[in-house]
Amino acid sequence: MPVEYWLIFILIVMIIASIAALEMDDILSSIVAIGIVGLGVSLSFLFLQAPDLAIVQFLFEIFALIILVKAFLGKDYHKQAPSRINKILAGLTIITLTAIFIFSVSVFELLPPFGEPLMTTAQYYLDNGAKDTGAANLVSSIILDYRAYDTLGEITVLFTAILGAFTILRIKSKSKKENSELSNATK
Amino acid sequence: MQQNEGMTLIVKTVTRISVWMILLYGIYIIFHGHLTPGGGFAGGVIVALAFLNVLLAYGRKFTSDWLNIGFLHDLEAASATLFLVIGILGISMGGAFLANFLTKGELFALISAGTILPLNIVIGIKVGMSLFLVVWVLAGFKIEKGD
Amino acid sequence: MIVYLLCFILLLVGLYGVLTKRDLIKIILSIGILGYAVNLLLILFAYRNNSIYPILSKGKEISPMVDPLPQALVLTSIVIELGTTAMLVALAVKLFEKYNTFDITEIRRLKG
Repeated sequence: MPVEYWLIFILIVMIIASIAALEMDDILSSIVAIGIVGLGVSLSFLFLQAPDLAIVQFLFEIFALIILVKAFLGKDYHKQAPSRINKILAGLTIITLTAIFIFSVSVFELLPPFGEPLMTTAQYYLDNGAKDTGAANLVSSIILDYRAYDTLGEITVLFTAILGAFTILRIKSKSKKENSELSNATK
Repeated sequence: MQQNEGMTLIVKTVTRISVWMILLYGIYIIFHGHLTPGGGFAGGVIVALAFLNVLLAYGRKFTSDWLNIGFLHDLEAASATLFLVIGILGISMGGAFLANFLTKGELFALISAGTILPLNIVIGIKVGMSLFLVVWVLAGFKIEKGD
Repeated sequence: MIVYLLCFILLLVGLYGVLTKRDLIKIILSIGILGYAVNLLLILFAYRNNSIYPILSKGKEISPMVDPLPQALVLTSIVIELGTTAMLVALAVKLFEKYNTFDITEIRRLKG
């Protein structure tokens, strides 16, 4: 069975799971459905010959599941019935997105067909990567030698995102304390 | 024995053995990043998951006794700086920013590929510490019901 | 070709969630779906027929390999996505603490 048929099967499962994740009422079911989508991506990476990415995506899935469950479960969460305006907006959005899809079919026809990439720069990396850097893993040689500057920027982004999370969780609790002090003072 | 914090005794006993195996696997993935699939990013997430295993099984108080959280903060910031230091060393020794100035070595040896191995270790520490700390902060965040 | 279009449908499903859902948790999950779709689309462009993963190993004859460049870009992108997801979750939890709801229309009404 060629790779393309496997990928079509996995992608259809992923689309169904993502629609289910968006439409289900229960939060735990939504998070589990997102897990199905992520594991489908990991499986597709294995079929597309990218074992590095399959490992990272699998771990990402576990980690995101832990974060989401730990943060969102147990909150007293109640869903309100969707209003009529909301339904009309959803219908309009579906029509717009369908139009985008129909018009973008011709754009995808311009791309090289599946299984035949252009590979102009990449062929140089494949031919000379082991000789230039001494690393057997050519993906590793690209991210840490040929394009290490990109990785530096990526580390900066990760650092900033994590610092942002720390700051968000810290600063407001301080203001809350001040608020309570203020309300105590007014009492 | 305190049973009210963390999970049951069975989970704690299994965790005591499994956490070292997960940690070892993460370190293996980091150190073999230039030979096999994996590398700093995957290994860092595995290291973070090992610490997270302790946090989930034993609870917050035991983990803050076992690990020095302030030191982990320092390690996270230091590893980001260390990446820059290796890059600047490349200017003075190799002629370009982040140049591969160490010896290339044999193709399939563990000590080879110049600066790729130290950079992998730095990225592994950075990713692992920052992801563990963000879950640490999120788990310690208690919602106080306003009056 | 049909694989690209299916992956594009997945991206549009994520966009639909971001545009129409009123629930902060659903919006975060939709951003996750968008990220998955974009990563998968980049890797789909990189596949070459009858070729293997771009890792050399001892005693294996040279054979055609898939494009390693999008793989290197996506590898970093996945980890950034994890950091941004953590930040969004922190933001949502903070908003829940302040307004006691996850509904964005409700939050807009309670502004201040």
